[in-house]
Amino acid sequence: SVSSIVPESCLLIVVGLLVGGLIKGVGEKPPILKSDIFFLFLLPPIILDAGYFLPLRQFTENLGTILIFAVVGTLWNAFFLGGLMYAVCQLGGPGLNHIGLLANLLFGSIISAVDPVAVLAVFEEIHINELLHILVFGESLLNDAVTVVLYHLFEEFANFEQVTILDIILGFLSFFVVSLGGVLVGVIYGVIAAFTSRFTSHIRVIEPLFVFLYSYMAYLSAELFHLSGIMALIASGVVMRPYVEANISHKSHTTIKYFLKMWSSVSETLIFIFLGVSTVAGHHYWNWTFVISTLLFCLIARVLGVLVLTWFINKFRIVKLTPKDQFIIAYGGLRGAIAFSLGYLLDYKHFGMRDMFLTAIITVIFFTVFVQGMTIRPLVDLLAVKKKQETKRSINEEIHTQFLDHLLTGIEDICGHYGHHHWKDKLNRFNKKYVKKCLIAGERSKEPQLIAFYHKMEMKQAIELVESGGIGKIPSAVSTVSIQNINPKTLPVERILPALSKDKEEEIRKILRTNLQKTRQRLRSYNRHTLVADPYEEAWNQMLLRRQKARQLEQKMNNYLTVPAHRLDSPTLSRARIGSDPLAYDPKADSENLPIITIDPASPQSPESVDLMNEEPKGCSGLPPSPEEDEEGLVMRVKEPSSPGTDDVFTPGTGDSPSNQRMLRCLSDPGPRPEPEEGEPFIPKGQ
Amino acid sequence: TSEQIEHLHRRFKQLSQDQLTIRKENFDSIPDLEFNPIRGKIVHAFFDKRNLQQESDGLADEINFEDFLTIMSYFRPIEMNMDEEQLDRFRKNKLKFLFHMYDSDHDGKITLQEYRNVVEELLSGNPHLEKESARSIADGAMMEAASICVGQMGPDQVYEGITFEDFLKMWQGIDIETKMHVRFLNVDTIAHCY
Repeated sequence: SVSSIVPESCLLIVVGLLVGGLIKGVGEKPPILKSDIFFLFLLPPIILDAGYFLPLRQFTENLGTILIFAVVGTLWNAFFLGGLMYAVCQLGGPGLNHIGLLANLLFGSIISAVDPVAVLAVFEEIHINELLHILVFGESLLNDAVTVVLYHLFEEFANFEQVTILDIILGFLSFFVVSLGGVLVGVIYGVIAAFTSRFTSHIRVIEPLFVFLYSYMAYLSAELFHLSGIMALIASGVVMRPYVEANISHKSHTTIKYFLKMWSSVSETLIFIFLGVSTVAGHHYWNWTFVISTLLFCLIARVLGVLVLTWFINKFRIVKLTPKDQFIIAYGGLRGAIAFSLGYLLDYKHFGMRDMFLTAIITVIFFTVFVQGMTIRPLVDLLAVKKKQETKRSINEEIHTQFLDHLLTGIEDICGHYGHHHWKDKLNRFNKKYVKKCLIAGERSKEPQLIAFYHKMEMKQAIELVESGGIGKIPSAVSTVSIQNINPKTLPVERILPALSKDKEEEIRKILRTNLQKTRQRLRSYNRHTLVADPYEEAWNQMLLRRQKARQLEQKMNNYLTVPAHRLDSPTLSRARIGSDPLAYDPKADSENLPIITIDPASPQSPESVDLMNEEPKGCSGLPPSPEEDEEGLVMRVKEPSSPGTDDVFTPGTGDSPSNQRMLRCLSDPGPRPEPEEGEPFIPKGQ
Repeated sequence: TSEQIEHLHRRFKQLSQDQLTIRKENFDSIPDLEFNPIRGKIVHAFFDKRNLQQESDGLADEINFEDFLTIMSYFRPIEMNMDEEQLDRFRKNKLKFLFHMYDSDHDGKITLQEYRNVVEELLSGNPHLEKESARSIADGAMMEAASICVGQMGPDQVYEGITFEDFLKMWQGIDIETKMHVRFLNVDTIAHCY
């Protein structure tokens, strides 16, 4: 199919070309991508999306490499290209002679920057391994500082009569100011955003707004002072993310994610379409020599740069970059709309050859996006470059990674060597001690990373199970390994919860652990180990009682199940409600053989507390009860009580015998009310 | 390299206070190590006879410089010119070191209790934590490990513990040979001890 050969960006440009041609054909003047629209509205969402979801661990691990590629590589490209183009212009005959060195250098700096938009668009489809992705992508993000400095520098120099050494040195210094200043601005706004999010527990609805707002302000502030807006944006996203995510509700998090993806998608599409339209609309000045030599030298400069730099970098890297990697990095240096917009910004007065520049820029962009973009996928397959592995992060991995981190830090300490791990560990400790306390609301600040991760995973599992359960079998993806398999001596007795003060989160965890991960449970010879003869009979009575109750419940349930449809606003809304409510369970004593999960979202408003009983002692294997009692079913029911005020109402269990632990609880999310205020964040902030 | 060995030797002398061997107590003199939650295990690993490539089991009381170097060699960075087999052995060695750290009772398997122990230690930096959380995490992880290694289990089977082969399987996703190494970039800075 077409989409597997042609990357999306190419198709969009073609669409833009068609649209532009159409408009022109009609006689109207097609709109050109104005630079301020581009820089103010179209670029920030993409960058924010990239920065917010930046895989920080890989980024920091490769930061040195990325920086060298971004800074040194771009400088090399700009000067090499500018110099060569100047030579070409001198030799190129009367049409080109008047273009000065500075103009050429400016042109070089515009066209040498790898473009994040184009890289994202193409690389996302080919799924190469994370290392290469982060290298090229990181480079495209960080070279913005270099581009900004060079661009402004050369633009100003072109106005000067003379360029002195002092100016050059100042220009060099301004690079540091621009990049570090940009980062600083981003960090400041990021911290402010994190701090703000600490207090938003009562106005959950506008939490996403803060994220977007502060990031955009960081961008604008940086651009105002001619600092690097892109770096500010990324810095703010990276800084605010861990704290904001700990503070905001689950729904806000989803909102942020989807909005960012949506905006960045729209922006990307628009950018490429506009690029096509502008090509048709713009004035062009085609000069064969100039354009062709630009193209050629771009490629050569890129390849040379990558080769030399990799040779240098490999001396310091543990994981060396193979020639295959180098090829992909060189090939992935795509130019895009940023180059075009920068070219568009050039002033006619000082740069009469602007049209020629623009034509050359567009040609290079087209070439890289079309030719390189289209061929990179078959090349990746041909060269058998490692692809991204779709592994889900498991709790084991998390434990091991943390263990390894601590281990390496310890070894470094023993060697007396201040290595990477040492500093990382120090930073973490500082973070935990001071920063987290300020920026994260309430008790969550003390939560170690492992626990947070475990929570997230369990929530996810719970949601998955609920959503996919419905009526019928539990999907086989759920492992049948139960707690009994790994520890035969675990007694349900251990899981009793003392009555009142436990908070919801802990309960959820326990319930999830004990109930969700088991589809069937057989209690083994439970009675013989723990119960003496007497309670044995009691257990039997209990079972009878419960069987009766279960039958009643079953009837009730059948009622409920026929009711739901017209009560719900929409399936998605109900889903959202289910997803956000802490679940309550009611394992039945002796339902049919298979576990049944029934979801009953629209239960009538009943403030009854929900019974939670642990699995029955089934060791009554020696008893007369029929073998159908062998298995136990698991029934989950989701209920929404009406009373909004009742938080955590506990009623003590009746008849607590060792064989029958109960846990009663009430849900606290307010039921369907006219103002759907979200009662509780999905991850409660208290602990 | 010889430079690194010299550096290590200097450090060794510092730690042992100019004696020939180090005992466990000498490790207490490193200030930074106090913050490390798993420091007990780390120190223990230095004295673990299995790591010292001696045939016997159990703990040595003191180690000399040669043993010190042996332990350090587990953290060697990878070299470019290794072939597949060497790479595999390299990787197995490092993983074996890790495995010994988890398996504290030296029976060749990581049981649930030992795993719980590990998680508890990892989380021991937070005094507010309850044991229940640590335990539930360890349980969850163990269950996951069991499902990775043995697949679907019937309700009657009991999963004894993680053997070394299972351990290898679990670590497949993570490139241990690239991660587990210590770099000696700056040989001059030596942290001081008490």
